[in-house]
Amino acid sequence: MNRIERVSRRGFLGTAFGAGALVLGVQINEAEGATPAWMPSVYLGIEPNGTAVIVAHRSEMGTGIRTVLPMVVADELEADWKKVRIEQAIGDVKYGSQNTDGSCSIRDFYDAMRAAGATVRLMLEQSAAKKWNVPVSECKGQNHFVVHAKSGKKAGYGELVKVASTLPVPKKGEWTLKPESEFRYIGKEMPTMEQGDHTRGAGKFGIDAKMPGMLYASIERPPVLGAKLKSFDDAAAKQVKGVVRTATIDAFKPPHNFQALGGVAVLADSTWAAAQGRKKLKVEWDLGPNGSFDSAKDKAEIMAKAMQPGKVVRNIGDVDKAFGAATNLHEASYYIPLLSHAPMEPPAAVAEWKDGKVVTYAATQNPQAVQEAVASAMGIKKEDVTCHVTLLGGGFGRKSKPDYVCEAAMLSKTVGKPVKVVFSREDDIKFDFYHANAGMYMKAALDEKGRPTAWLHRSVFPSIGSTFDATAEYGQEFEMGMGWVDLPYAIANHRAENGPHKNHVRIGWMRAVAHIYHAFAIHSFVDELAAKAGRDRVEYILDLLGPDRKVPIEPVGMKYWNNDQGQDTYPVDTARLKRVVELVAEKSGWANKKPQKGRALGIAAHRSFLSYVAAVVEVVVDDRGRVTIPRVDIAIDAGRIINPERAKSQLEGAAVFGTSLAMMGEITAADGKIVQSNFNNYPVARMSEAPLVTHVHLVPSNALPAGIGEPGVPPIAPAITSAIFAATGKRVRELPIRKTKLV
Amino acid sequence: MIQLKVNGSARKFDGDPEMPLLWYLRDVLDYTGTKFGCGAGLCGACTVHVNGEAIRSCVTTMKDAAGKAITTIEGLGAKQEHPLQAAWKQCNVSQCGYCQSGQIMQAAALLKAKPKPSDADIDSAMQGNICRCGTYQRIRQAIKIAAEVKA
Repeated sequence: MNRIERVSRRGFLGTAFGAGALVLGVQINEAEGATPAWMPSVYLGIEPNGTAVIVAHRSEMGTGIRTVLPMVVADELEADWKKVRIEQAIGDVKYGSQNTDGSCSIRDFYDAMRAAGATVRLMLEQSAAKKWNVPVSECKGQNHFVVHAKSGKKAGYGELVKVASTLPVPKKGEWTLKPESEFRYIGKEMPTMEQGDHTRGAGKFGIDAKMPGMLYASIERPPVLGAKLKSFDDAAAKQVKGVVRTATIDAFKPPHNFQALGGVAVLADSTWAAAQGRKKLKVEWDLGPNGSFDSAKDKAEIMAKAMQPGKVVRNIGDVDKAFGAATNLHEASYYIPLLSHAPMEPPAAVAEWKDGKVVTYAATQNPQAVQEAVASAMGIKKEDVTCHVTLLGGGFGRKSKPDYVCEAAMLSKTVGKPVKVVFSREDDIKFDFYHANAGMYMKAALDEKGRPTAWLHRSVFPSIGSTFDATAEYGQEFEMGMGWVDLPYAIANHRAENGPHKNHVRIGWMRAVAHIYHAFAIHSFVDELAAKAGRDRVEYILDLLGPDRKVPIEPVGMKYWNNDQGQDTYPVDTARLKRVVELVAEKSGWANKKPQKGRALGIAAHRSFLSYVAAVVEVVVDDRGRVTIPRVDIAIDAGRIINPERAKSQLEGAAVFGTSLAMMGEITAADGKIVQSNFNNYPVARMSEAPLVTHVHLVPSNALPAGIGEPGVPPIAPAITSAIFAATGKRVRELPIRKTKLV
Repeated sequence: MIQLKVNGSARKFDGDPEMPLLWYLRDVLDYTGTKFGCGAGLCGACTVHVNGEAIRSCVTTMKDAAGKAITTIEGLGAKQEHPLQAAWKQCNVSQCGYCQSGQIMQAAALLKAKPKPSDADIDSAMQGNICRCGTYQRIRQAIKIAAEVKA
């Protein structure tokens, strides 16, 4: 239920609304029967000049959410888009969750946004009805006016605000949502608010934020996770022109959570001077137990564990019995290395400590996590941390973790001035929360048609849970629920096992998270089984999905995560997965493009973030083994899509992101230190390496909205390796692909 | 004392001559449209024009910029919107938008040298500019629209 009330335009809304504005808040997901504190999530106001002000409480990192959610409000409001202004919210629990991750903004706020718009429209209609002394039912909000068709009277929203502000807020049941046929913006292709700014360099990102009198910090962090500062000599650093002073940051106390890593900072009057000073620091570290961490050994350990029985997390039928009885078995192991997010804007924030409070401007996906982490670091209340959210130059999950904001706040307290922290690219690559490396072992027993009668999938990876519990060794419910224990195929005997593994670097969620490695293993294996059976891969996948049905997911020892949604509202629906497979096959011309030597299509289909995606990738492998991707087709069923234009752009981007991690991404450690440092040794796809063109095919749907930002990523890597196999006969079981010689 | 022109205005700088032009533009002049991405000439986010040529301002020192005319994204369309800026909007190129200043500056230099670029010309000119959001196909399309060549 959504609860809607009038709120003061002052207070935590800051200066978002002008004087005389009618401002409403909407609370979503209010528990039935309970009387919770009123915590509005969404704000909408109309100013006396008619401007509709919509507060964006989610972070804009390139998905378009800052435009797309307001489109929903504006539609129900019957607002003229030219008269809509977006204001970015600061961090505050009153908005509900502001954590912009998990591809959930539309899913979680679609209803609330509609309710807010419809409520204000009704109040404006009531206001006009009063003014003209006619029944409300005869007044209709239309494109920023209320019109009375019978008399031809018409009043702008602005002139109705004064009266509307005196009316009681209508209750649910009084306002009505527009019929779909009258949607003005929902489902329409609309440009994002920032397109113009971005062509002029006018967008303001975290790295662009300034505070008067601020110092620039460059921080020498512990090179190994958990290393302790032994000693340092800053004499030479202080001699650098522009350097003001140095300051230490205490090492975190385990678990590391989102705390600052610690280290020695050089503070200066420019970014350059701070960086030059840092080069002159002499710092000695006690590296601690992670100082022997080595990626080659770690990989061997993971792969060995994947060969051992692990904790059973899903169990259907009797896999061992089926294996024992089988004559046709197939097995394979897969590996994905650690990965770094590498957003183009590295982590950046400016913060000021003053009178026991902190004000920060930060490129963050989660301003409330900023409040909590900074408050915890400074020993103050989170209400005393004001977090202004800038535009984000990419996020991909990295900017959900506000360690860099803690650094800025802690240094500001030490030096008594505002401090700006900008990670160098080397800092970004070396001090990330890495996407987990993972080893997976798969085994299947096959019937006479090559279909699996039994399926075993072991998965071993350091868990994101280690962020919050230093002893964590097994996967979290959400990691296991990401495209693994929810395997939708019709297989009589199915077991999933999770082996324990300890983290030695910070592990964190990256765009599509655990789906990345699970999808790679599962769909690569499916591709191998189809090849072994000599069957067409599209036909094989459709057969494997079995009859159209909603698959109940019942994991062992945990509930099925399902993005925190019920299986009744968002079931695992094989019919929808089939539909995208059929659609992408048709659109890509699958049937008529048989594999040739050096050129072929590959396919993978995967449900993630409650959306169904199938991708067909065409690869060309030249006689030197160089891979190019002339074309990608992606079909997605994400339920109702608000802005098809931005949905397409997200999926085009996902194809490139997926290509980067499949072809070239790899982070390794030696002696506990990350080896890679910049785009020379941590390459990401450039123009000629990215798919030349990605065609996105949206399934028309009015089903409940699901994810868009992440679901395009998981099928890309297995579709590429599927295509490479078809083109070359080479089976790539380890990413990145560049490590395998293809000819 | 280093003298140079930035977006048509004469400027003087008496700081560290080894400081990269990028940080002078951003920290001193507050032209923040030019972005930091790598500090090593690897990603193109900091691309500006020096005497009309696209260069990486993160690896160009103030000493090397002395006496030169610099154009940043803020100066590119100051008098009249550049056709690339219009094409960028037409194609809704940007996602996060962070790299786009550099992409546009690089593309502007390309079109100046080759008003009708081929696909290979575009690939080769734009290869040094990374977009992590993955907007490459729209960048290519926008360049073609601005150049009025068939997409």
